[in-house]
Amino acid sequence: MHTEVQTILEQYHSDKTRLIDILWDVQQKYGFIPGEAIMALSEGLNMSCNDIHETISFYHFFHARPSGKHKIYLADSVIARMNGYDEIREALEQACGCTFGAVDESGTFGLYDTNCIGLSDQEPAMMVDEVVFTNLTPKKASDVIAQLKQGRDANQIANPDGNGRRDVAYVDTLVKGNIHNQGPVFFKADRDFKALLEKCLEMLPDEVIETLTVSSIRGRGGAGFPTGLKWRLGREAEGDEKYVICNADEGEPGTFKDRVLLTRSPGDVLLGMIIAAYAIGSHNGIIYLRTEYRYLKEYLEQQIQGFYDQGLLGEQILGKAFDFDIRIQMGAGAYVCGDETALIESCEGKRGTPRVKPPYPIQQGYLGMPTCVNNVETFAAVSRIIEEGAEWFRTMGTNHSSGTRLLSVSGDCQHPGIYEIEWGISLNEVLQMVGARNPMAAQVSGPSGECVSVEKDGERVFCYSDLSCNGSLMVFNESRDLLDIVKNFMRFFVDESCGICVPCRAGNIDLLRKIERVIAGRACQQDLDEGVRWGKLVRNTSRCGLGAASPKPILTTLEKFPEIYQHKLVQPHGALLPAFDMDAALQGHELAYKALVQEEME
Amino acid sequence: MSIRITIDGNEIITQDGATLVDVAAENGIYIPTLCHLKGKPCLGTCRICSVRVNGNVMAACTVPVSDGLEVEVDEPEVSDMRKALVEFLFVEGNHNCPSCEKSGRCDLQALGCELGMMVSRFPYRFPVRIRDHAAKRIWLERDRCIFCQRCVQFIRDRETSRKIFSIKDRGTHASIEIDIELADKMPPEQIREAAELCPVGCIIEKGVGYNDPIGRRKYEIKSIRERALERKRK
Repeated sequence: MHTEVQTILEQYHSDKTRLIDILWDVQQKYGFIPGEAIMALSEGLNMSCNDIHETISFYHFFHARPSGKHKIYLADSVIARMNGYDEIREALEQACGCTFGAVDESGTFGLYDTNCIGLSDQEPAMMVDEVVFTNLTPKKASDVIAQLKQGRDANQIANPDGNGRRDVAYVDTLVKGNIHNQGPVFFKADRDFKALLEKCLEMLPDEVIETLTVSSIRGRGGAGFPTGLKWRLGREAEGDEKYVICNADEGEPGTFKDRVLLTRSPGDVLLGMIIAAYAIGSHNGIIYLRTEYRYLKEYLEQQIQGFYDQGLLGEQILGKAFDFDIRIQMGAGAYVCGDETALIESCEGKRGTPRVKPPYPIQQGYLGMPTCVNNVETFAAVSRIIEEGAEWFRTMGTNHSSGTRLLSVSGDCQHPGIYEIEWGISLNEVLQMVGARNPMAAQVSGPSGECVSVEKDGERVFCYSDLSCNGSLMVFNESRDLLDIVKNFMRFFVDESCGICVPCRAGNIDLLRKIERVIAGRACQQDLDEGVRWGKLVRNTSRCGLGAASPKPILTTLEKFPEIYQHKLVQPHGALLPAFDMDAALQGHELAYKALVQEEME
Repeated sequence: MSIRITIDGNEIITQDGATLVDVAAENGIYIPTLCHLKGKPCLGTCRICSVRVNGNVMAACTVPVSDGLEVEVDEPEVSDMRKALVEFLFVEGNHNCPSCEKSGRCDLQALGCELGMMVSRFPYRFPVRIRDHAAKRIWLERDRCIFCQRCVQFIRDRETSRKIFSIKDRGTHASIEIDIELADKMPPEQIREAAELCPVGCIIEKGVGYNDPIGRRKYEIKSIRERALERKRK
């Protein structure tokens, strides 16, 4: 094994900043990351074994013990649960002969839950090895397992026509695009990237940045930082090298527009990265692609190769003194890596722990150098702004929110999928456009956003100063149990908290317990009051955006739908809180007593 | 460059870019800390130094001061947040002060006293954490770990600079780990350094227990507040 691991290490020049790639290769080879391999890596990389375990154990998709020849991850999201998740889960357990979180006796199947995999418009869905299966029924799920048992591999089952993995037909066979409208900015066909880049390179870098500043485009990842300003800071920052990173770690539950952009318009994104590199003076770019989109990797590599072939990437791009390369960095399963500093840590082969800020990445990012991290959609929009001009973009949308944005719509509507909306459109208009059925609530920006009431908030508009949407829109009709949805979202944050800071690590659990208590009918008004106070504590004192957002499912539903909570409350009788379970407490005493007696006898 | 900021209304002249928590201490204003070590890279993990900066709650160890900053330390809401964070730590692990070797010289215990904590407002979790005493001279009492990351970042093998302490898993499943081979190579003074660096009683030097009598222990002689102000005052 030692020599095999050595070969992998050599491929990456024993560079510990490439640890994620190295671990992927090891896992690919052995099905998991064996202790013996970790020892070899430890020597080759001059890291203690525990240090390597730090990285392995941080990521959902790395396994340090045998985890099944076929690893099956069923997406457990609110939307999946609305579409038959439970039946699929049962069917999979039956077909595989093991429960979730375990491996069957023969070691063939490992069943795992996973959070949203970016397919909310076609759930239930599951990842099997490197591919996905969507719109599952119990029969379809069992059928996949049956075929795996017969020795076919997941790729053959998902892609029976044998499309090449570098071909868009391959991606289309696996997942649907579901683009429902054609807007002014995105998904333009037959663009001449070469002519466009020529036009861009005739401008000075400062002129490119000025164009973006005038267009008033703001980052589409959610935080809405002005892109022109970020690039200006990047240009001014001092560093021997600068980096451009495309954040394709689209982890917010309910969003999938980056997946569709990377499938339908990868050139827009690549061109946006090249423009950024030219503007700030960078020679190296990285696309950080989440594992859940593993099936896009070869296709994207082909697209990147196409750019090299046309002279749009590489050395002396279009004959100018401008060199730029792009590589793909695979993630390994951690929502928090959507935070740009956590993403950079992950690119450096470490745990995806958000950094302390300042310094900001634009000053000191990847490998300590100035790094410009932008969302997939931002890069795509930039390529269009350079094509059509700043004024064209600025005339769309509202005063402070220019242009359009993509929405990933899911839940109770006739046409889940991708919509391009101009900022300034109201919630009601969007709901009508997507064919919402008796909508009661809308979750804007996923769990980390806001739950709004269609009745009270229908006239609110999508823009950075009101419904500042990061692209995720889930629609819930009157039959849905909002408390259960809140519980699911809180469990999501507990799962995904990196644990580096106290409030997020400890506080989210207490918030989850509060909502469970409400659902169980054992909460009183005091629990709600504490939920609000503790929520505020976590929001204010956490280190990164995850903790700053995590209490929002509770806080926003309490504000918009107080009646669903009130309805569940009970009145305390006497001195005991309703949450106190006398039977359980006495039983606990009994158990403790028995354990002590037994200990004494031994 | 000389700049002016205010802390709780007091005007302070200091240097641009200095760390807020140190600036406050140098001027006699105590901001509680647990993970912060002056002169070492910021860890920013415990958040116990949370204060209001221009109205926003921020961890004072992460804030470089700039001209015109308005800081509130002694403000009821944010003071209560600091206390609540200490309370979180007491329920998250298993902290049994009377039987702990670090009692009287434990930063967490001292902060509990300093902030007037009588009981935690959060439910006790009583997690099951397995202690690790495989190393020859170090006892890892995981019940007490607060994941400050001091040992992870600042204690390295002197020959290879590899990590001796590390964190496994994430979020609520996280645990502190020790590399036995490297730990057994640690010279005695480095073991003492690790035990002292640990703000709680998680890293314990074997064979050293209750070395100071009650009444003469570190924080009984001088409180954590006095020590912080004394150490940092110019």
